[in-house]
Amino acid sequence: MRAFARLFDRLDRTTATNAKVEALVDYFGTADPADAAWAVSFLTGRRIKRLVNTRELREWAAAASGLPLWLVEDSYEHVGDLAETLHLLLPPPDTGGAPPNLSRMVNDHLLALREADDDQRRRAVLDLWRQLDGSERFLFNKLLTGGFRVGVSKRLVTRALAEVAGVDSSLIAHRLMGRWQPTAEFFAALIAAKSDDDIDPAVPYPFFLASPLDNAAETLGEPDEWQAEWKWDGIRAQLIRRAGQTYVWSRGEDLMNGRFPEIEAAAEPLPDGCVLDGEIMAWRGDQPLPFALLQRRIGRKKPGAKSLADAPVAFLAYDCLESDGRDIRTRPLAERMERLDHALRAAPGLLRSRPVDFADWDALPALRAGARERGVEGLMLKRLGSPYRVGRTRGDWWKWKVEPYTFDGVLIYAQPGHGRRSGLFTDYTFAVHDGEQLVPVAKAYSGLSQAEIDRLDRWIRGHTRERFGPVRSVEPVHVFELAFEGIQASARHKSGIALRFPRIHRWREDLAVTDADSLSDLRRLLDGGRQPA
Amino acid sequence: MTDLLVPDAGGLYCAAGDFWIDPLRPVPRAVITHAHADHARAGAGEYFSARDGLPVLTHRVGESGRFTALDYGAPFELGQTRVTLFPAGHILGSATVRVESETGTWGVSGDFKRASDPTCRAFEPFACDVWLSECTFGLPVYRWPPTHEVIDDILDWWQGCRDAGRPAVLFCYALGKAQRILAELHNRAAGPVWLHGAMQPLTEVYRRQGIEMVATRPVSQADKGYRFAGDLVVAPPSAAGSPWMRRFPRHSAGFVSGWMRIRGHRRRRGYDRGFVLSDHADWPGLVETVEDMRARRVITIHGSGEALAGHLREAGLEAECWNLRASLQAARSA
Repeated sequence: MRAFARLFDRLDRTTATNAKVEALVDYFGTADPADAAWAVSFLTGRRIKRLVNTRELREWAAAASGLPLWLVEDSYEHVGDLAETLHLLLPPPDTGGAPPNLSRMVNDHLLALREADDDQRRRAVLDLWRQLDGSERFLFNKLLTGGFRVGVSKRLVTRALAEVAGVDSSLIAHRLMGRWQPTAEFFAALIAAKSDDDIDPAVPYPFFLASPLDNAAETLGEPDEWQAEWKWDGIRAQLIRRAGQTYVWSRGEDLMNGRFPEIEAAAEPLPDGCVLDGEIMAWRGDQPLPFALLQRRIGRKKPGAKSLADAPVAFLAYDCLESDGRDIRTRPLAERMERLDHALRAAPGLLRSRPVDFADWDALPALRAGARERGVEGLMLKRLGSPYRVGRTRGDWWKWKVEPYTFDGVLIYAQPGHGRRSGLFTDYTFAVHDGEQLVPVAKAYSGLSQAEIDRLDRWIRGHTRERFGPVRSVEPVHVFELAFEGIQASARHKSGIALRFPRIHRWREDLAVTDADSLSDLRRLLDGGRQPA
Repeated sequence: MTDLLVPDAGGLYCAAGDFWIDPLRPVPRAVITHAHADHARAGAGEYFSARDGLPVLTHRVGESGRFTALDYGAPFELGQTRVTLFPAGHILGSATVRVESETGTWGVSGDFKRASDPTCRAFEPFACDVWLSECTFGLPVYRWPPTHEVIDDILDWWQGCRDAGRPAVLFCYALGKAQRILAELHNRAAGPVWLHGAMQPLTEVYRRQGIEMVATRPVSQADKGYRFAGDLVVAPPSAAGSPWMRRFPRHSAGFVSGWMRIRGHRRRRGYDRGFVLSDHADWPGLVETVEDMRARRVITIHGSGEALAGHLREAGLEAECWNLRASLQAARSA
């Protein structure tokens, strides 16, 4: 625990990427493999299932620090991070004894809480609070509450592990995919120098992610070196057929087997040793269905006959990563397309995302402009000669989304953010006119600069009308331009509509409240927009 | 019965004595607790300040107006009241104000702290009926570590920067905190420490008053192209992210403030290191001071006072929270 806490301190005390990698390399190069395995697990964002509910933690911390519960709650609202709040409120520890190793802390103390009854759990947590100090106690609380973000990305961890192992980071990325148990054996295999013959058949490849196109398409070079595709509005997924088994992985590395039986059935005839990259879509006939229908399926682990009929799904394949048991990611896209066609001939139930024909760059803007009517998000541009890379590597895959919808809304509620934005009012609710009233239509968190956030925060504090717990209602004065990706009718919202991915585009200080849009303006999009049955 | 002091002009007004404490708008007579900009503004007809605080005050608000220097603990008459200043321990020449009248005795803090500070006299409590307490850090998450530990941390960090050949840029408020750190470093570190231009004159004012500090040099006197490798540079937070910072390639940035107790506050400003050292009282200090002042009634001002007021009410005291800035806005819109 101590070595891990020192690693955390080093990571937390610099904003420089190289210094972070250096700290990680030092740690992974010297740590006990069982500890290092857990460190990899936590630093790459894996969580242990919440062991204690936060209400209990707050009550125990209140009792241990001699404070009333409401003061603990007020403090949490101010700090914006429960693990940190508890750490800051608890009295200094009793003893200076050495804390257990990270792996022992997790296995013997944290995971043991699962079997314990209420009273045992309370005593175990209070005991550890009395023993641990400084960063150790803060980290213990982090593990206890599940969330663990310390300002290192999975990519940095991968880079550091590759350096320790002396292998390419794409190999480490592959070894980190799928399901694994954080054990000493796993860590030894993770940093082993040898090649990858022993990778479990269920393990997916790391996804290659496109970057937003920020220059004109013309700057990419000759159009005949590029392939255009529609950018589908579904769930990115990898479909694996190996050793007579099918595995469906989401980009979030969730194994989704059982959720989409029609896709698993369609994948069964694929030749063995085949891995496809593509999109899970709500789909009927030859038409995409709205994303909202797909959402109904995502939550269902075992969909019934009715959801299968109401929200049918399909897999749209657009890349082939493994063919005849061979990893072909380094082969050029054009060649992988041939392997994709070959694989799909055996499995006609899987759909193919066909390239979009275009003769020159001038043809693309019109195609992109028509994306919304087709039910797609925009265009993808992929270099025909490029390999299938790892993660968000710029240069070969670009996404060119349609312009979002926008509207002008009035700020009516604000509440404090969390983590980096703790103590600042950064979560906003926006409203539009509905007759004499303002009805809330969107919550948004992002899109303002730090200077704007600071200024708005000060204004909110000075212009609060009412408080409802952490939420404040403010005088309706400020108008913001908000962007969003889609609109749906919703019975759950007072406004009757739900906006997809709303975010702040601009603070419109040039506009008065009367200039803001009305609910009927938004509803018109609902009627006029694409709403396939 | 009306209160002896009421919020007005962004500060507090005493009708019985016809004076204001720390007004933010021009008034005929102002009692100033200390020279920070949210307590002292130019434009008053007459200023009353602690003797030790007068040089800094005139540096900040200019020489126009009449200035009266008062000794700590020496009462003077203002209208129907008797006013006495006591050391607040906040910055050089800072004061708390005791206002005695026939309706009772009020104690008013500007800002104060209970930790020791080599640049100013330690806080002195006095008995009062009503205590107006600042509440900048009015939540129990704010607990300060001992000053010597924080100074050790700063020295360790500076040593680390020296080993790595990088400049160590330490951000802190230009008045009070900067000089406190420079005084703490006196005899513990070899200078010179480089100073941002905004800190130079105030530091000179402190030196002229006999405050011993580590040797300093203004950054503007460094040779062109000098890279400050391994040097300590002290600058106000406003310099962070400004083009001025280009003079310190590969620097590590630290910020000294009570706010650094909260990780998110540090991370969103992008500082590498946060050092928890404040010129304000922490939560235990606020609570302890309420006891020391032996007041029956407590009014929290300057900051998030609701939590402390609620806590004191539960302990059986009469307590409420006043928003002095609201008095300024009301006056403006009226």
